[in-house]
Amino acid sequence: MAYSEKVIEHYTNPRNVGSFAKGEDNVGTGIVGAPECGDVMKLQLKINPANGVIEDAKFKTFGCGSAIASSSYVTELVKGKHVDEAMAIKNTAIVQELNLPPVKIHCSVLAEDAIKAAITDWRKHQEPAVESADAVPARTAQEG
Amino acid sequence: MVKLPIYMDNHATTPVDPRVIEAMLPYFTEKFGNAASRNHSFGWEAEEAVDRARNQIAALIGAKSKEIIITSGATESDNLAIKGVVEFYKDKGNHVITCVTEHKAVLDSCRALERTGKATVTYLPVDKYGMVDPDDLRNAITDKTVLITIMYANNEVGTIHPIAEIGRIAKEKGIVFHCDAVQAVGKVPVNVDRDGIDLLSLSAHKIYGPKGVGAIYVRSKGPRVRLTPQMDGGGHERGMRSGTLNVTGIVGLGKACEIAGAEMEEENRRLLDLRNKLQAGIFERLDEVYLNGHPTARLPGNLNVSFAYVEGESLLMGISDIAVSSGSACTSATLEPSYVIRALGVDEELAHSSIRFGVGRFNTGDEVDFVTDRVTREVKRLREMSPLYEMAREGIDLKTVQWKSE
Repeated sequence: MAYSEKVIEHYTNPRNVGSFAKGEDNVGTGIVGAPECGDVMKLQLKINPANGVIEDAKFKTFGCGSAIASSSYVTELVKGKHVDEAMAIKNTAIVQELNLPPVKIHCSVLAEDAIKAAITDWRKHQEPAVESADAVPARTAQEG
Repeated sequence: MVKLPIYMDNHATTPVDPRVIEAMLPYFTEKFGNAASRNHSFGWEAEEAVDRARNQIAALIGAKSKEIIITSGATESDNLAIKGVVEFYKDKGNHVITCVTEHKAVLDSCRALERTGKATVTYLPVDKYGMVDPDDLRNAITDKTVLITIMYANNEVGTIHPIAEIGRIAKEKGIVFHCDAVQAVGKVPVNVDRDGIDLLSLSAHKIYGPKGVGAIYVRSKGPRVRLTPQMDGGGHERGMRSGTLNVTGIVGLGKACEIAGAEMEEENRRLLDLRNKLQAGIFERLDEVYLNGHPTARLPGNLNVSFAYVEGESLLMGISDIAVSSGSACTSATLEPSYVIRALGVDEELAHSSIRFGVGRFNTGDEVDFVTDRVTREVKRLREMSPLYEMAREGIDLKTVQWKSE
């Protein structure tokens, strides 16, 4: 199978590989996939509790080149975005950017799930009052 | 320095040996006759060439030349053996015994017989090294068993089955024994009499011959084995396989067999050295690397290893100037990891992490060094990127983790 140039580029020079220090505040962690399926993505988002903006992102991925590229791209994509915006990212955006073939679409789905899992994890650790402080109208999960 | 890319996937196919090409060339041009043309010199010349090749093929496996039937390759040989025996001996029984790690050409032929109601099939398990237990075979035999089909050596993990013992059991019980010996012929000494083989499939392109030609050995005596042809036509190949003979291909197959026979001992020593060097290099430089297949009863050029915490396809991508293959699901359309590796009882995660190296005639020590360096470097890079490696380092038992997957 031939890989798109963008997949190769992300695979060769992955952005934001790593993990935040244990116990660091304001970090949401999403781990999706399973080893027996051949894909596990860990996405960590550092989110400003005051305004809900994603300030930093890190990933580690066990999976094929397209899975690595998808998670690398996602770390770039979410930085600077509000959590609600990030929740609305769809896998098709990843498919388009990386030119993923049909057999690799599951990699983009996993990356989308990782964003949602990381934000959900972050929200769990926030005081309910803080999260809705900026008074953005509540959006439903389905919308994302 | 080595020339890139490096080809180290010699179980998949092999380059044609220049000596084989040289032997084939005249049969494309001035000696182009049809071996079935009985009334002019063009035909006689072609027929002589085919006869010579048949002798060369027979000599490599200890057979008689008239027992060699030419086919288009091992897939056709396997189909002819399995379907041909079951159809011919249908009054005697309808039970076939094979093994879970066989090549798809064998497994799918068996499935086709099951689907059409022509046979029931027992799929023998293998041990953790990929080897069939002869006692399991004994226990699976019924008074309806007409065929045992077990490969000589496995194409993924290189494990060599106890073929002579299987042959003895088949003989004892009077059951036809077919052996898909594609990976073994020309690589390890194969002898149809010593090994008790009644039908044997082989292919040219695995032994530095051309693609599109192979053969099936059909025992003529003790017992004489009969087959129902699967290709009808002009009655070529003693009626067992009609179709104008691929003379150039056959000449190539013959020459490839001759070379393999003459050089096997020396070549095996060399391949074993290279393979062991590759294995030692990888195991010395990396932790958590696991050998798939039998530690000793294994093809000399085969090395199949799982690099824990690294997915196989991503590793292949990182070593793109080296041609090897992976048992990872991502390299197949099915999204399932290799059924062969799984049959050994290897965890699915490690099956996804398996890489097969196939060292062959034209590989060098420098290439092995280069491959060792590239592979170990890439595995280390990918492990730094692997959440599983990180978790394992933190002492988390990955088996106890509740994974969220769809």
